[in-house]
Amino acid sequence: MGRYILMRLLGVIGVLIAVSMITFFLMKAVPAGPFDIMAVANSKSIPPEIKQQLMAKYGLDKPVIVQYLLFMRNAVRLDFGYSFFYNGQTISEIFKNQWPYSIHLGLLTMGFSIIVGMGLGIGAAMKQGSWVDYLGTGVSLFCLATPSFVLAILLQLLFSVKLGWVPTGGWDHPKQWVLPVLANSLGPVLILQRYTKASMLDVLHSNYVRTARAKGMPQQTVTFVHIFKNALTPIITVAGPMLAGLITGSFFIESIFRIPGIGQFWVTAIQNRDYPLIMATTLAWTAIISLTYLITDLLYAAIDPRVTYVKEK
Amino acid sequence: MSVSASTAAPLKLKRSSTTALAWRRFARHKWAVVALAFIILEILIAVFADAIAPYDPYTSDYTATYAAPNAKYWLGTDDLGRDMLSRIIYGARVSYSVGVLSQVFIVLIGLPIGAIAGMVGGWVDFAIMRLIDVLSSVPGLLFYILLMVALGAGLPNIILAMTITGWIGIARLVRGQVLSLKESDFVRASRSMGASTAWIVRSHIIRNALTPVIVSMTLGVPGAMFAEAGLSFLGLGITPPTPSWGQMIGIYQTFVRTSPHLILYPSLVLAVTMLAWIVLGDGVRDALDPNLRS
Repeated sequence: MGRYILMRLLGVIGVLIAVSMITFFLMKAVPAGPFDIMAVANSKSIPPEIKQQLMAKYGLDKPVIVQYLLFMRNAVRLDFGYSFFYNGQTISEIFKNQWPYSIHLGLLTMGFSIIVGMGLGIGAAMKQGSWVDYLGTGVSLFCLATPSFVLAILLQLLFSVKLGWVPTGGWDHPKQWVLPVLANSLGPVLILQRYTKASMLDVLHSNYVRTARAKGMPQQTVTFVHIFKNALTPIITVAGPMLAGLITGSFFIESIFRIPGIGQFWVTAIQNRDYPLIMATTLAWTAIISLTYLITDLLYAAIDPRVTYVKEK
Repeated sequence: MSVSASTAAPLKLKRSSTTALAWRRFARHKWAVVALAFIILEILIAVFADAIAPYDPYTSDYTATYAAPNAKYWLGTDDLGRDMLSRIIYGARVSYSVGVLSQVFIVLIGLPIGAIAGMVGGWVDFAIMRLIDVLSSVPGLLFYILLMVALGAGLPNIILAMTITGWIGIARLVRGQVLSLKESDFVRASRSMGASTAWIVRSHIIRNALTPVIVSMTLGVPGAMFAEAGLSFLGLGITPPTPSWGQMIGIYQTFVRTSPHLILYPSLVLAVTMLAWIVLGDGVRDALDPNLRS
């Protein structure tokens, strides 16, 4: 098992190196540098000599491959330096200040999606062809067809502009959490509903459930102990990566509802050519997502004794 | 004579082609047929936009900016007094170009690569699979955004970005198909009867591997439309003045308080179009391969 974990961790490192290279060279291929953007933003022109000095100060005059190696040398020590755009703030400070917003939104979305998605999935599986089943199918089709940013704006239109029940944006008051969480939960609800239903149906027709019923066990014991507990394990494999995806922020939801999370900062960083912030965020995301996959797989093996990653001798 | 006449009828029934069988299975899905009709209608509208659109989508009527839907402008006008209905009709061109063309390029690149990996095997397969592993390790939307910023906005670049990221899925799918088909009983049987590799590839492997590819293409169209809308919404996709549904939603977001109709109609059209493609994709999957049904 130790060997398996070690191999997987090496894989994560490989992925991080690959992603860092792809992102770095793509980022450098983007036309215009950070100082050009700043000059345009302040409607000033920077004299070429001064721009040259600035480029030299930040090491941007060196060949791209040297810049990459220098970046990686600091990155392995988790030192991502200062943001080019947010004056005097280190990348770690930006993470510390902005990321909690994304995590908060992500956790609320996860909780809501588990209740709605799994509830609909269980209902649909236990009572096939009932209204719960049709409601689940309807909700999942809706989730599939509506992009989250479209729902976000339509919700804003209805509940903030027309009805005036909740503010259009911000993140200071629980009232402001409702719409972003709803819009953000489209994908997770869809996935959880489908997986829960399929997984429950799988277990429902298994022999041990039939045996439990034949023994005359009460319906509730069969449902919760035999069916639900066993149906839960495959759901964990999707829920883990889903949680990772949610706490890494959302470009759309954060910018529409003016939530100062890390997703919004990443998009702004690209527009500003804030190289250190782009790289650090991308790598942090990749690390979180790949590690979650690893943890999910290990957890899956721990919960379900039928799953093993090591060949038995 | 009478004998041959009586046997001719059942023989004819037996001989109905796989296409006809698939069509009959497809036609049983009422909603899939409705979705197909809707999509054909939208494609016709997109193709004949010049003739159908009541106004030029780029011409401003400064006497009627931010007009709510009325008899003259059925879906109202935008901040520059341009007719919304015409802009939405021209927006269909962008959505359909991106949706359909990106899938065509994805298959043109992904199918041969996947087939080569599966058929040749060995180090070729290993190299292709590692390349796929690396490319698929970059988080999806992030890759699009970086690519679009690097390539620059515009329709051809969106299709290029989708192709760069999208061929991976098809290649993986085709490789898996080829690997399992290679070992299937009917391929072994025809090999034992002396069929050549080229013949087996042509008449067994490609034909059978094509079904999931067609299903994946159909379901890929709304995915690509979704990505285009998202990128254009962020201002990285289609640049104004060319209208695209996602871009309209992004730009008109500012006027949500005063002129909600600017947001409402592009959103509805986008959602209904995506829904139609998804329903069509489900119908196609059930029609082509009943075993694939989830």
